[in-house]
Amino acid sequence: MKKFSRLISKLEQSNKTNDKLSALVDYFSEADDADKIWVIALFTGKKPKRTINTKLLKEWIIKITGLPTWLFVESYHNVGDLSETIALLLPPSTSESDIPLHQWILELKGLVRSSDQEKKEFVLNAWQKLNTQERFVFNKLISGNFRIGISTKNLIHALAKLTGLDINHITHSIMGKWDPEQITFTDLINGSHVNTDSSWPYPFCLAHPIDVPVHELGPPLDWQAEWKWDGIRGQIIKRNDELFIWSRGEELVTDQFPELHIALLGLPNGTVIDGEILAVRDGEVLSFSTLQQRLNRKIIYKKQLEEAPIAFYAYDVLEFGGIDYRNEPLHTRRAILEQLLPIENIILTAPIVLFDSWEELVEERKQSRELNSEGIMLKHKDSLYHNGRKRGDWWKWKIEPFTIDVVMIYAQKGSGRRANFFTDYTFAVRDGDQFITIAKAYSGLTDKEIKEVNSFVVKNAIEKFGPVRTVKPELVFEIAFEGIAVSKRHKAGLALRFPRIVRWRRDKKVADINTLEDLQMLLQSTLRASER
Amino acid sequence: MRCKLITGILVIKNMALISFTNRGIYCKQGDFYIDPWLPVDYAVTTHGHADHVRWGNKYYLCHHFTKAIIKCRISADLIVESLEYGETVVRNGVEISFHPAGHVIGSAQVRLAYKGEICVISGDYKVEYDGVSTAFEPIKCHTFVSESTFGLPTYNWLAQNIIFDDIKKWAIQNKENHKTTVLIAYSLGKAQRLLQNLAGDLPIYVHNSIGRLNEAIEHAGVPLAAYQTITPELSKDELQGGILIVPPVMRDSKWIKSLQSAAVGVCSGWMQVRSHRRWQSADAGFALSDHADWRGLITAIKATEAEQIYVTHGFTSVFARYLSEQGIAAQAVATQFGQEDDDVAAEKEVII
Ligand SMILES: [Zn+2]
Ligand SMILES: [Zn+2]
Repeated sequence: MKKFSRLISKLEQSNKTNDKLSALVDYFSEADDADKIWVIALFTGKKPKRTINTKLLKEWIIKITGLPTWLFVESYHNVGDLSETIALLLPPSTSESDIPLHQWILELKGLVRSSDQEKKEFVLNAWQKLNTQERFVFNKLISGNFRIGISTKNLIHALAKLTGLDINHITHSIMGKWDPEQITFTDLINGSHVNTDSSWPYPFCLAHPIDVPVHELGPPLDWQAEWKWDGIRGQIIKRNDELFIWSRGEELVTDQFPELHIALLGLPNGTVIDGEILAVRDGEVLSFSTLQQRLNRKIIYKKQLEEAPIAFYAYDVLEFGGIDYRNEPLHTRRAILEQLLPIENIILTAPIVLFDSWEELVEERKQSRELNSEGIMLKHKDSLYHNGRKRGDWWKWKIEPFTIDVVMIYAQKGSGRRANFFTDYTFAVRDGDQFITIAKAYSGLTDKEIKEVNSFVVKNAIEKFGPVRTVKPELVFEIAFEGIAVSKRHKAGLALRFPRIVRWRRDKKVADINTLEDLQMLLQSTLRASER
Repeated sequence: MRCKLITGILVIKNMALISFTNRGIYCKQGDFYIDPWLPVDYAVTTHGHADHVRWGNKYYLCHHFTKAIIKCRISADLIVESLEYGETVVRNGVEISFHPAGHVIGSAQVRLAYKGEICVISGDYKVEYDGVSTAFEPIKCHTFVSESTFGLPTYNWLAQNIIFDDIKKWAIQNKENHKTTVLIAYSLGKAQRLLQNLAGDLPIYVHNSIGRLNEAIEHAGVPLAAYQTITPELSKDELQGGILIVPPVMRDSKWIKSLQSAAVGVCSGWMQVRSHRRWQSADAGFALSDHADWRGLITAIKATEAEQIYVTHGFTSVFARYLSEQGIAAQAVATQFGQEDDDVAAEKEVII
């Protein structure tokens, strides 16, 4: 595992994509094939089933080090990562070993039916022969969570560079269904599994936020405008009489949306369409908070089916008659899509926004919010269906988010790279002479501002609960959010969607912040919009 | 006043040698301060870092090397008396002596003795010998004031030769990849330690502020390994083949960007933790510290056999609580120590 451990330190050490790529290429060109498969699996989120839980790990480390539990907890708060905390707390190792990565993974997997005592012996023995960095990696293998700043895209680029194969080809192979224990590295990269497996989706084509004035895009006639919908981006695939629905998170969600199963009858074999899964009633798109009650559920109740009926607004066709159409221009693909759809009132072509001049489109865009849309998508009519994000062909032109002024009332230490600073803030609005919590946010400040806020928190903490500090309500921030919804779980009775810090309002006082009443009015107006 | 609870009876001794005031650590019997942060008449100084010695005191007392350092860093006009390690002066009946703290060149623990009562103020210290600062010596005392910069069990250092080997390997690799190795290090302490331990393979270039301090140190009688101070005349090609040591203020400077693809390495105990490494967003982080690690702190404290420990700057409350639970009477004290240079790495655990 030494090579893999070195790879992880190199990947973490540099923040430059090129360094990461060359570290990956170096690793893949010298590592054992059986290990490579697992590295690809781990970096693309295919985790082996966890056999040792966190509770046991904590128990053992406390026992070994003889530290009081509270001190272990303090250490953990400082480090911000359990695997790493354990690696740092362990006494120096007594021996060395270089057991291959795949063997560690299989041995860990083999513990599934072992007793706690057997697991303990295995893990303690492993810790004894690994250095600090290797222990960290080993602990990560136990947890299966290998999020270390390497995107699937980087990984694919490295594999393409190494093998000289086409990026699309490798993306297909890796995104398809495969089992690290059954496949060889060569088969995986060549994609021999994807031809026999009907489920594989295509990488989604993504749009850039528009950064030029629209009228500079050229003649309006060259562009297709659509509403930008706020749902779950997905692909519906029918091959060999089987139906698969993928979400953009590379998850199979076929069972979650029974309404869409009519595609099995309605679509010919060898078809892949790209679109948005939305809650739709009588042709009106409902808010994302309505759709949300249908997500990540194992069982769907009748009530949910009635309250949040699902439809699919198709944007594009990627495969038709078993042929890849992604390199055909958009107007050709749209024509095919219009032949294929609709299927009942459920799988529909996404409506096109007609406009003759850019001024007209500016006007159209103003009604986005009323339609529960996030704005406009602009796609060049000749554009190909690109792999990921490519500048110039597809633009998203979002409407401005809502913003309010709030005051910070709690601060908490961040995790990851900000574990030693107070970076996670809880904000409140005024409710009479009280403050009421409205949102938590942690992004949007510069490093310099974070340091300043951090020292404010240190100096103005009123109470301390573990990593959380109650602070004097003094700092005012402007936060932006995408939507607002009723929420029984929150004290305020409502919740904000995607709250984030826009700026620190040093010019404002606590007396200037928004009130709960302001938000209640906003909520009423958005609900009216979707009832319309 | 020192209070001690013995089987339920509160015994108050009236002879505590030090108290913590808003100017700093004060010795009433001797009428002087140790490392004060507001101006006083007589400042006993542990070492030359900015948080331990400030401008504006009438008189300073410190080790010979620290005298040279503070005259160079703060002002040549300071009125400074200095001593050798182990040498004693008496002020208003209180014996004052300096003992090696192993932290940076000239750093000392201050030992106070009065009518049989002994108190040691550590300033900053580290237990491992670094090859350039006089090695730490444990001093037996009744009261010990300890720093706690790395007073968490996750901070245990590797032996320094392992870290220096890593740095050397990294620098050689950079050279081969046509990158310029830049090490970020405090001008006082880390800079000399790096110079001394990395010298030999690649030529070493130091930033002007380090160069000036090095001259003062060498002038005071501490021999340093060969180095060259960076001047505009040195070509970027020449620098590319060496190791550059620069202070933290240069971190995001245009000058670094003007080098031939700089590879920036940060040398600090905080680099022990991944999140801090990423926070620094450097090309490499080396967990090299001039402060005692967790085990070092505990060994040092036990070796003093002190009855009372005061814990200053660092993880004060956590560390004091741990010591108390181990049966060592310890108390956290808020001070204004802890910002070694212009760089703020540690968050002070002080809640008002
Ligand atoms: Zn210091
Ligand atoms: Zn200090």
